This record gives sequence, C-alpha cells and structure tokens, in this order.
Amino acid sequence: MALLVDKHRPRTLDTLSYHPDLSERLRSLAASGDFPHLLIYGPSGAGKKTRITATLRALYGPGVEKIKIDSRVFQTTSNRKLEFNIVSSNYHLEITPSDVGNYDRVVIQDLLKEVAQTQQVDLAAKQRFKVVVINEADHLTRDAQAALRRTMEKYSPNLRLILLANSTSNIIAPIRSRCLLVRVAAPTEVEIAGVLAKVGKKEGYKSCEPLEKRIAKDSARNLRRALLMFEAVHAQNDIVNEKTPIPPPDWEALIDVIAKEIVEERSPARILQVRAKLYDLLTHCIPATTVLKTLTFKLMPKIDDSLKADVVKWSAFYEHRIRMGSKVIFHLEAFVAKFMRLYEGNLLGMDIDWDD
Amino acid sequence: MASFFDIRARQAAAAAQASSSKSSAPVQDNRLQPWVEKYRPKSLDDIAAQDHTVTILRRTLQSANLPHMLFYGPPGTGKTSTVLALAKQLYGPDLFKTRVLELNASDERGISIVREKVKDFARMQLSNPPAGPAGEEYRKKYPCPPYKIIILDEADSMTQDAQSALRRTMETYSKITRFCLICNYVTRIIDPLASRCSKFRFKALDETNAGKRLEDIAKLENVKLEDGVVDTLLKCSEGDLRKAITFLQSAARLVGAVAAASAPDKKRKRAKIEDEEDDDAMDVDAPSDSSSKAVTVRSIEEIAGVIPDPTIDSLTTAMRPSRSGTPYSRVSKAVEDLVAEGWSATQVVTQLYDKIVLSDETVENWQKSKIVLCFSETDRRLVDGSDEHLTILDLCMQVAGILGES
Repeated sequence: MALLVDKHRPRTLDTLSYHPDLSERLRSLAASGDFPHLLIYGPSGAGKKTRITATLRALYGPGVEKIKIDSRVFQTTSNRKLEFNIVSSNYHLEITPSDVGNYDRVVIQDLLKEVAQTQQVDLAAKQRFKVVVINEADHLTRDAQAALRRTMEKYSPNLRLILLANSTSNIIAPIRSRCLLVRVAAPTEVEIAGVLAKVGKKEGYKSCEPLEKRIAKDSARNLRRALLMFEAVHAQNDIVNEKTPIPPPDWEALIDVIAKEIVEERSPARILQVRAKLYDLLTHCIPATTVLKTLTFKLMPKIDDSLKADVVKWSAFYEHRIRMGSKVIFHLEAFVAKFMRLYEGNLLGMDIDWDD
Repeated sequence: MASFFDIRARQAAAAAQASSSKSSAPVQDNRLQPWVEKYRPKSLDDIAAQDHTVTILRRTLQSANLPHMLFYGPPGTGKTSTVLALAKQLYGPDLFKTRVLELNASDERGISIVREKVKDFARMQLSNPPAGPAGEEYRKKYPCPPYKIIILDEADSMTQDAQSALRRTMETYSKITRFCLICNYVTRIIDPLASRCSKFRFKALDETNAGKRLEDIAKLENVKLEDGVVDTLLKCSEGDLRKAITFLQSAARLVGAVAAASAPDKKRKRAKIEDEEDDDAMDVDAPSDSSSKAVTVRSIEEIAGVIPDPTIDSLTTAMRPSRSGTPYSRVSKAVEDLVAEGWSATQVVTQLYDKIVLSDETVENWQKSKIVLCFSETDRRLVDGSDEHLTILDLCMQVAGILGES
C-alpha cells in the first residue's frame, strides 16, 4: 500500500492545487518547444519534484512515467570504481550526483557528455532533446558545477538540464546565469489544509476541519510532512475529532525532552545525561543541523526575551562549527553548555559580555 | 594603407558570405538556440565596448602576428566571444576546425590532457588553406596566418600542475601555435604562465553599450519591452551581458512573446506532426493575443530572483524597535515567512545590505559599522554552507539589537 504522499501526488500540471501562476508558466514553457534549462528552488516539501514530474509529462506524454533503475560504474582518473544509480525513462534521466561525494565531477562529465552526444532514439518523441534532472544540485562540488558550465551551452540542442535545489546560495553564478530560475514557495497553511481536506475525502476519512488546520500549523508549511502526519493520525485513531493529539515524530519528541531537561537543571551531570540522548539522535541518522535547529526553536518559548537574541547567535555560531568541523557531538554539547551558562547568568542577574 | 583597405574588403566579403549562409540555414534550429549563442558577435566589429582590446586585436589581423594572450575579467564581458570572433576572422569556416582547439572546464583538463591532447595539437602540422582559384578567393577573405590557436577557457580552474606543464609547451611550439588563456581571476594563473602572455583586461560593460545591445536583440526577436525593463535588466545582471540576455530570453518565453514572432515556422512544424494527438498542445502554444503582451519589470525581477520590495520592507520594519510585541517574535515570524517563500539567503543578505547600510539615512554611522560586521560574518557562514534559516535569523536578531541601542 502506497503512502498518501505518493498515492495522491498530482501527475499533471492541471491537477496541481496551488501556485496556479507557476503551473501556467511551466505549461507555456513546455508547450513552446523552446524549453530552457531550469533551476528549481524552494524549501523541502513545497512540491518541487511534483512540479518537475508534471512538467516532464507535459513535455513528453505519459511515456516518462515508465521508469527503470540502472546501475552504472564510472572510473575516476585514479582508477577507482564508482557505482552510481540512474533513474531513467526513454526521455529523461534522473541523477543524484551528491551520492558519490567528491567524485561527482566525473559522473557529471561522463554521463552528461554521453547523453548529450546521442540524439533522441525514439522518432515519435515530441522533443528533440533529452532532459537530465539533477537532484540536490546545491550539494554539487564547485568542480562539478564548473564542469556543467560549458556543457550546458555546447550541447543545448540535445540536452536540457533541470536542477533541483533547496537554495540558490550554493550554486555558482555562471550556472545561475545560464538557467531560468523558478522559485517554488512553500504552500500556506490554508493551502495545506485544503489539500488535506481533498485527500481525506478521496480516502473516505470523515472530515474534521479544526484537526486539518492544526496539522497544517504544526507542519511548518511542509506539505509532505503534513500529509505524513495526517496519515499517522488517521492510522492511529479510528475516530478523529478536533482534540485528537497529533503524534510528533519520535526524534522531535526526544528533542523536546532534551529541551525540557536543559531548562530544568543546569549542571555538568545534566550535560552527561543529555549527551546520551544526543548520541541516540545522531545514531538514528538525524542530521546534527536538524537537531540543533529543532532544539533551538524548542528552547525559545521557555526562555526570557532578553536571552533570545544571544541564544540564536550561539546557535548559528555552533551550526557553522558543525558544518566546518568533523565531530558533530562536540559542537552540540558546546551549545548545550553555552545555553546553560547563558540561562544561569540571566537568572543570577549577572550582566557579563560572553563574547570573549 | 593598402593593407587597411584590404582588411576591410575581406571583412565585407566575409560578412556577405556569412549572411547568405545564415539565410539558408534552417530557421527552426535558430529559434531553439539560446540567444546568447545566436547573438554572439560574428566579427571583432560587433563586439560591444572593450575598445582598447579590439583595436589591438584588429591590428593583429593586418600584421598576421599574434602574441600569446591572457584575457581576464568578470563573467559576461565578452572574453570568449572576442577570441572566437577573432579566430573566425582569421581562418574562416573551412580552416576553423583544424586550426583552433577549444578546451574548457567541462573537458577533463588534468595534467595528462595537457601533456597529450594539447601537446599533440600544438605540434601538429599546419593545415593548408584550399588550393587552386577557390583558395585564392578564400585567402582574400581570411588572412589565414601560419599558426594555430589553442583556447583554454576557464583557465583559472586548471590545476597548478597542469599550468606548469603548459610552460615549456608554450615556448617550444611558439612558431606554429598561439595560446589564448581565458579566466575570471588573473591571480589564479601561475606567474610563469602570465608572464608569457600579453594580458588584456575586460572591464564590466558600461550601461549604454549593454543597453543598446539588449534593445537591438529585443527588436530582432520582436519582443516588446515595458519602460524601464532595460534598466532593470542591467541592474539585476551587474554588468554581465550574458546574464542580461538570458534573463531577457526567459522573460520573453514566459510572456509568450516569442511564440508570436515565430508563428510561420510553427505551422510547418505542425504539419510535420499532424498525425500526433497533441493538437491542443500546439494551440496553447500560440495564444492569439500574445503579440500584445510585453515583458514587465516584475517578470524580470522574478526571473532574477530579486525579492520584491514589500517583502524586504516588512522584514526591516520587524527589525526596527517598536512597541508591538517583542523583537524576537516579530523578527522570527518575518524570517520564517521569508524562508518558507523560498527566497535565497544570499539574495536576502544582499538586498538587506542595500536597504539598511546603503540607502537608510536614519541609521547612525556607528550603528552601520557594527551592522557591517554582522553582514560579513553572515556572508562567510552562508558560503560555508550553514543552515540558512538559523543564519538569517541570527543576522536579523543582531541587527535588530544594534538598531535598538541608543
């Protein structure tokens, strides 16, 4: 049984439920025969991927949905072999180059050249070019992005790229200037509630508007998350009403506990206890950034207003350290310790500049 | 003086030939081409601005001698275009393939390539211009000087080792080969290489030249522009003409202005695929009123990813001291919205900087100097790949704190 998220994913541009302007634009691009390279960006759960799949369908017809997964082996200059998975149909390829880490340049160069130098085989195809969808384009290394530059211009008759990214900050300027930038904003809470109501009706759930609104609010404008929460609520309760609790994901519940513990007692012993929980989160593959961010936002309501700016400041500081350093637990712990110190200082009424 | 006239005559002949060959080329292919490629300058005379460089290069057309060259300057100023135009004028279409080697960062360019491909090409015998009476004709149009050109585009992304391997190659084969290195940052080219080349700096295009070029293209493509669109294009592209042209083309696509311009060849295309059931798709393609639509300033800004003023204003208002609610609640709400809307953090930082530091007179100078420190730290963190939401929130909270001081 498929999840609601996949089951009710809109397949065509006409069935997309929000951002009508954007859908209209994508439709006219797909129809014009003059399809540019696209760089699609927006927060996660905003519907970037859904829009791409729908656009591809508008370009090539239902044939794009017949996909297969290939495993290819690439060889680096130092003779290392890389295994790489490619999702493809007759008309398009989908790759996630960040899978191979630092060797993504090799994959980009070899694969794109190969695709670009072969023409469309299917004579009945609507477009002369093939589309390559690159996921997580903002995680591409600088080298790989540099390799894309000229490829995009040189092979433009046979190849169109669609880059998917969470933000354009990490995409180098030459690439940005070669693409049509398309921003997909997250849906508003009202729009999410609307989608939930629609999905609920299709599934035959009894509609309960206040609950939908609460889920929309809790989802932080992430539609995927909202749908998962919606499904979880309905899976756990036979009858739902406006008071049905929305179970948070396990990791979020755990971070909530951590936040409570930190505020409750500020001592080295408590840091040790918290540390075990942080390790627990990390071993379950919750990214350190997510942990730190969630923890910060959970702590916010519990503290005095005068402290908030400082806490945000140190949170951003240690998040940067996490990114640059190699052992994430150090920085998470350091943040916890720093927070305790700030909190304690505030309680005692001490006004010390912690900067130095 | 004779040679001067000679070169003019050559150019005229070449231009005549180019235009005749262009009209015979399939129209549809032209339409699908990015405008950046379509309107790449065909000869040195077409190049906008860069007078100094162009004058020197034009002289080399006459003397048939060329130094090794190093072109550097910001993106979109015409470096690649210039060298390609020069090569075309020197060799003409027949010899271009055999006499010019173009390598760029999308080709593998480690030390092994420099040793093999570049060296092999460098020591290759010169190909001859066509013989017989046709050859005479050809020579009249193009000087065909006795050397080959190797263009190393984006040379600043070559490794140090690969650059060092070039040193001796450049000298050994200097009789029959000229190198042209193109890069954005001249400091990333190792000194021994730089000293072997004559350097040409390409400055960012000035607004009049770039503006004129954009208007020309718009006219040729039958795209209508609203007032102020050209200015917005120039502002958003920061002197990068390629970016400006790409923005213009994307905007034209969005308003469907191109569809009207190319209606005739669409009919042809339609006849070809009539047996397919996508008739309605083709109808959508050419809305009847598309010719009346013009490219708007807003659509350019949307494509360039510029955040609309009201959004930025709401953020700056949230940062200013006020009585309603706490600073944190106001700022965090504004930042959350901004992030959910998907605006890129670097763009937020740039525009916020413009708003607060550059154009706000009510902020005291001592406050500004503190604020600038925050911006510097934020920018670095973003480049390092920090989480955008936290970083922007931190920046805004700090700025709000500074604005609140007195």
